[in-house]
Amino acid sequence: MFRLKRKTKGEAFFDLFNNFGMLLVCFATLYPIWYVLVNAFNEGQDGMRGGIYWWPRVFSLESFEAVFQSSGIMTAMGITVAKTVLGTLIHVFFTAMVAYAFSRKNLIGGKIYIFVGTVTLFFGGGLIPTYLLMRDLQLLDNFMVYIIPAMFSFFDLIIFMTFFREIPDGLEEAAKIDGANDWSILLRVVLPVSMPVIATIALFHGVYQWNDYFAGVIYMNNMDMQPIQTYLYRVVAQSSSNQMVAAIPGGIGKTVTSQSIKLATMVVTTLPIVLVYPFLQKYFVKGMMIGSIKG
Amino acid sequence: MEQAVHEKLRDSSKRSKHSVWREYKKYRGLLLLLLPGIVFYSVFHYAPLYGIQLAFKEFRIMDGIAGSPWVGFKHFNTMFFVSNQFGTILKNTLIISFLHIVFGFPAPIVLALLFNEIRLKVFKRVTQSISYLPHFLSWIILAGLLTTILSPSTGIVNQLIASLGFEPIYFLGDPNYFRFTLVVSGIWKEIGWGTIIYLAALASVDPHLYEAAVVDGANRWRQTLSITIPCLLPVISIMLLLRIGGILDAGFDQILNLYNPAVLKVSDILDTYVYRVGIGQFQYGLTTAVGLFKNVVGFMMILFANYAIKKMGQEGLF
Repeated sequence: MFRLKRKTKGEAFFDLFNNFGMLLVCFATLYPIWYVLVNAFNEGQDGMRGGIYWWPRVFSLESFEAVFQSSGIMTAMGITVAKTVLGTLIHVFFTAMVAYAFSRKNLIGGKIYIFVGTVTLFFGGGLIPTYLLMRDLQLLDNFMVYIIPAMFSFFDLIIFMTFFREIPDGLEEAAKIDGANDWSILLRVVLPVSMPVIATIALFHGVYQWNDYFAGVIYMNNMDMQPIQTYLYRVVAQSSSNQMVAAIPGGIGKTVTSQSIKLATMVVTTLPIVLVYPFLQKYFVKGMMIGSIKG
Repeated sequence: MEQAVHEKLRDSSKRSKHSVWREYKKYRGLLLLLLPGIVFYSVFHYAPLYGIQLAFKEFRIMDGIAGSPWVGFKHFNTMFFVSNQFGTILKNTLIISFLHIVFGFPAPIVLALLFNEIRLKVFKRVTQSISYLPHFLSWIILAGLLTTILSPSTGIVNQLIASLGFEPIYFLGDPNYFRFTLVVSGIWKEIGWGTIIYLAALASVDPHLYEAAVVDGANRWRQTLSITIPCLLPVISIMLLLRIGGILDAGFDQILNLYNPAVLKVSDILDTYVYRVGIGQFQYGLTTAVGLFKNVVGFMMILFANYAIKKMGQEGLF
């Protein structure tokens, strides 16, 4: 074995510089989020003056109270939770089922399916034909428009398939000898040993469902069925936040502004992701690796 | 003799038919699991292809897609020769994409190399985790965040600029700065996530190479130049080719959430145009034609990228 040389001056300088640079990267990533957070917890009127950088100047929860009392925001939040839970369950199960059939070697026409799926990753009908299709399927203004078109993804199928192919054949053969059919092999043998990949896909899709605003923007005219991200899109992108204040029931002091409610809504919308993120990020990274290597 | 050959041929064809049937029976259960996937694909990925004919039709709601009258290349004629909007949106798409490639593409590579040089394992892991976070925030949230921190009156960025004695900048409202804002916010969101693939490639570099280099007296800078970067090159070129293949995708979500009438001229891209004019103004025929243009050219670009990747001796997409 050879011993590592002592660091040269240049290397020591580089290490110092690099570590400092990385601290800067962390700061640049986290600070904008922190800035929004402290401003959301500051009293709205006072916040208009600006200058709140590190800590709320006049601490206030009124913006959050206003958010939780606004029936529009709470309805939208409920829709988001519902579509995230239901959409993720269905997506994971449906994609896993198809992926399992895909993953069996020698299935008739195996290569054709792969080709048929890959092409659609790069070529589609476009926005207008898809919109008209949803209209013809009676999915406009229908909650299922969040669930059904998103229940399957070819990219996720590839991740599932990669994992399923690693499962030792012996497990399935044993089940087959015991008289199990493909359906019960999938349910009783394959899925229970595939928890890591199920967690990965569920997380990916959960975040997708939580963050998706476009289905709500384009297919949903019924304001009672728009998810929170669509609600925010309409408020932020179309700067209609004065309506937001107007929609807040009375009784709240006059210190709440449209800006402070917007910030509070952003915090409430993002908090779940930021909170679960540290525990889940290793799954994301793993899934991304499989996806990028095989995809 | 001939008859015997015939007999044999017939026999084998019979057997092969028989075996397809047997295969079918053997895999019936699996095919049943596959069927919903095929149905899903036919409906949601192939049925919209039927609607592409709208690019050559004058869409009338009452008549539906099939009943609307054909108008030939009218929409393409409008697009290329009559309206001058198409030139602007194509130019915007290409310029914004180009800026994203020039500045946004190298950023995660540099960051991955710097991550790789962090000696303290815990620090490395924490830094990486933090840098992935913005990827999981939606552009809606980022739009709210950007309008807050970039506000010309109260935003922290402009207060910093003002304290240095300069005029405040309307990052989201000034056509001179809007594309710059797009590029920087794009980097902020995706730089960390983008490092993952390069870090995976770095992890698979044979450590013996570095040991040999140390014996030869190479310092870390030399090792980076002579080992790390050459080992990354195949991944970098594949990613670059794919990115160029997707050059007509200039970031729909980002622009849709950030643009406004003041900067429309420099930020309207193919996708936002199709959405705004198609869905907003019911010009289904014209915007389907624009979408078709984007799809066909984009698909050809991807085929080219795939060809180039295979030419390099790497595994392509198809």
